[in-house]
Amino acid sequence: MIQFNLNGKDVSVDAEADMPLLWVLRDLLDMTGTKYGCGMALCGACTVHVDGQAQRSCTMPVSQVAKKQVKTIEGLGVDASHPVQQAWAQHDVPQCGYCQAGQIMSAVALLEKNPKPTDSDIDEFMQGNICRCGTYPRIKAAIKTAAGKMGEGS
Amino acid sequence: MSRCQNVSRREFLKFAGFAGSGLMLGALVPGWRPVMAQTAGLPGELNLFISIGSDDRVHIVCHRSEMGQGIRTGLPQVAADELMADWNKVRVVQGMANEAYGSQNTDGSRSVRHFYQTMREMGASARSMLEQAAAERWQVPVSEVQARDHQIWHDKSGCSLRFGQLAEAAAQLSPPDKEQLTFKSRKDFAYIGKGLKIVDMQAILTGQAKFGIDMTLPDMLYASIERAPVLGAGLVSLDDKQAREVKGVVDVIQMPAQTIPVGFTSLPGVAVLATNTWAAMQGRKRLAISWQDSAHGQHDSASYLKTLTDRVVTKGRVIRSVGDAYSAMMNAVDTHSATYTVPYLIHAPMEPPAALARFKDGEMEIWACTQTPQATQNTVAQQLGIDKSKVKVHVTLLGGGFGRKSKPDFSVEAAFLAKETGKPVKVTWSREDEIQHGFYHAISAQYYEAGMDDTGRVTSWVQRTAFPSISWTFNGTAEEPSDGELSLGFGDLPFALDNLSCETQKAEAHLRIGWLRSVSNIQHGFAIGSFVDELAHKLNREPRQMWLELLGSDRLVNPKPEGFEYTNYGDPLEQHPIDTARLKKVLNLVAEKAGVEESVGQHEGWGISVHRSFVSYVAVASRVRVKDGKLKVLEMHCAADAGTVVNPDRVKSQMEGSMIFGLSLALMGEITLREGKVQQSNYHDYPVLRMPQSPPIHVYLVESDAPPGGVGEPGVPPVAASLTNAIFRAGGKRIRELPVSKHMEV
Repeated sequence: MIQFNLNGKDVSVDAEADMPLLWVLRDLLDMTGTKYGCGMALCGACTVHVDGQAQRSCTMPVSQVAKKQVKTIEGLGVDASHPVQQAWAQHDVPQCGYCQAGQIMSAVALLEKNPKPTDSDIDEFMQGNICRCGTYPRIKAAIKTAAGKMGEGS
Repeated sequence: MSRCQNVSRREFLKFAGFAGSGLMLGALVPGWRPVMAQTAGLPGELNLFISIGSDDRVHIVCHRSEMGQGIRTGLPQVAADELMADWNKVRVVQGMANEAYGSQNTDGSRSVRHFYQTMREMGASARSMLEQAAAERWQVPVSEVQARDHQIWHDKSGCSLRFGQLAEAAAQLSPPDKEQLTFKSRKDFAYIGKGLKIVDMQAILTGQAKFGIDMTLPDMLYASIERAPVLGAGLVSLDDKQAREVKGVVDVIQMPAQTIPVGFTSLPGVAVLATNTWAAMQGRKRLAISWQDSAHGQHDSASYLKTLTDRVVTKGRVIRSVGDAYSAMMNAVDTHSATYTVPYLIHAPMEPPAALARFKDGEMEIWACTQTPQATQNTVAQQLGIDKSKVKVHVTLLGGGFGRKSKPDFSVEAAFLAKETGKPVKVTWSREDEIQHGFYHAISAQYYEAGMDDTGRVTSWVQRTAFPSISWTFNGTAEEPSDGELSLGFGDLPFALDNLSCETQKAEAHLRIGWLRSVSNIQHGFAIGSFVDELAHKLNREPRQMWLELLGSDRLVNPKPEGFEYTNYGDPLEQHPIDTARLKKVLNLVAEKAGVEESVGQHEGWGISVHRSFVSYVAVASRVRVKDGKLKVLEMHCAADAGTVVNPDRVKSQMEGSMIFGLSLALMGEITLREGKVQQSNYHDYPVLRMPQSPPIHVYLVESDAPPGGVGEPGVPPVAASLTNAIFRAGGKRIRELPVSKHMEV
């Protein structure tokens, strides 16, 4: 059994040690908000936070999160009240929505580390998250809006 | 309850909270005349319907698939507007596969184009019946009552009743004839033309939105399938011993053999079924399979492209002709010609194909991210020998489609495995599967030649195109593009030419060919947009001026009298003509907004192009910098005339997405084959556009009263040419062979 904290609750799973966190979340814990996109940490659809850091869960063996804090999109704000979620809604970012959990989790990690990112900071941090619908311009705008709001809060 | 809940009619009644009361309204095909209103629970084949519960809730069925275009918002907002409903009281219900809806094939940029009027009629019919019910209740002439704010009002007396209070009585009435319906005028629209937020916003932002890959059932098995590496190759031998030893693996099952034509059937392969996706994938890696040779095993995309480019420089089959292009070319003072190529492409939607199926008591039930639930139903019924009435198809949200999910092969796989095992089975395609076993956008070559007189006027035009046809996928014999494919930006050339010859050349297929966002418009838009720019350069014109000269006077173009069976995206030319004035309008708009004729910085250049497709008109201007062999796209502008627009924010977002999709394929998109096998496998070797490559994008929508045109696809075709034209103007080379990454760092 591997134990970790998921969105504030302790969980234990009976999984092979090398099973990626992504499939543990999706198939064993029925937390399907975190998405599969490539299985090679190339697209960012599976981004979650492990001890506050953005991580690609598709290549992270579940054994590596033992005793750690894991946060997924389901743990961010169930009422979509997080400033990043609010900014996403304000800019009407999502199209199909599939990559957006990963985009949002990356954006939150960026802003927690760098509350006032420049355009190139955003490009650099977000380049690991692919969106095939082409929501990049709105993601960028939403991150700037959220930065302003998160800044006001602190 | 999940927003993407799919319901059958019976479930719909429960969902809508009916207890034998309320109004349901449907339309039978063909003609879409609302013909039936019934109290809930009575039998009857209902179609696109609106229901109103006694709790005042309005439920509107969306029968088209949501893949990011916003259709689950757009179509309901049309119906709600005519109904004069309060949008906050509207709930959207996803329709299951049902031929009574008419076409559910969410492809071809058709949803609003073909169902805008229907949804207006549905809303207006329901409103009319509520008004009638209120008039009878109050014993006043119906002309004295009117709907407003989710209520029916009698202003003379100040009486009002909520929709919910009238729903049951309204359901007893006969629906009005279509001719009797009244529609709101444009100035009174409350929702049409407004950028309402998508109905799935909250679910998406909180990770609750359910896509095909997310579906689960108790005791289900997870399948991963190793498919034949070359089209047509069958299995020779299989050793699954090691696969079965992987913890969690439950079974290994051989998939059915390939049929020709391939159609939408499943590919041959070996499925590993396990208690979770990871175990299935691990087991699959331990399969030892040997495959047969196939007739397609020698296919090499590089040599095949050379074959196509050789073919298009010689005369082909003429599909449209004006005057005598060859004599005029002989008499021309000067000529210019060029050959353009586009490689195979694949969709790479973020969600790979995935489907869940359950076979129980002779009934097959499927949950899938499908653009085409009806084709899913039909193909599953045919391939598995199940009566169509016993195949139920639920439509989930789609994590991108781009045409891939118009092909239901992945649902057939899930259905086959569910039938074989007797358990629910979810098939999840890996990214590698998606890239290596898809339905590919055809590799192509295009040849253009123009002859000029001594004033620089174009007096003759010859154009040829060659690419393997989608028709081959369905008939196994086609060796030339179909009229439908040639209607996509080739045979519909809108130029004022005295002498024209449009021709095709032979191109046999070696893999499954399918639709990709804007289809053959991709190669045709690239070729025509590039060639006009080449002529402009040769004749020393501004590119815009060159376009305007070729487009000629404001007029409606009809290719049919010139011998071409033009299909016009399934619409009559009377309703959706090829209008050169509209082409010029978007061209001028984008040129002026972007400032393409103003000076630019060193190593910079503007490129423009314009294209009509899916009966909409889009012009694109791109500004790039080319320095030290490295390209940077600095900004893009897009002017679109898509006729009447329902949700301008979603139309803008589709145009933004189309710029990025078009940029991605033009810069980097390339699938290659050697010995019949796809060489690429994931996003590292089939790169797609990422944020640092994504420029600022400005979209301008033309205000129009014309009927709605397509939106999802028409933005894509002009992008590639605007880009390569800009590269040329910035001092780079003339790129005639996509992708751009073959020529410079992108």
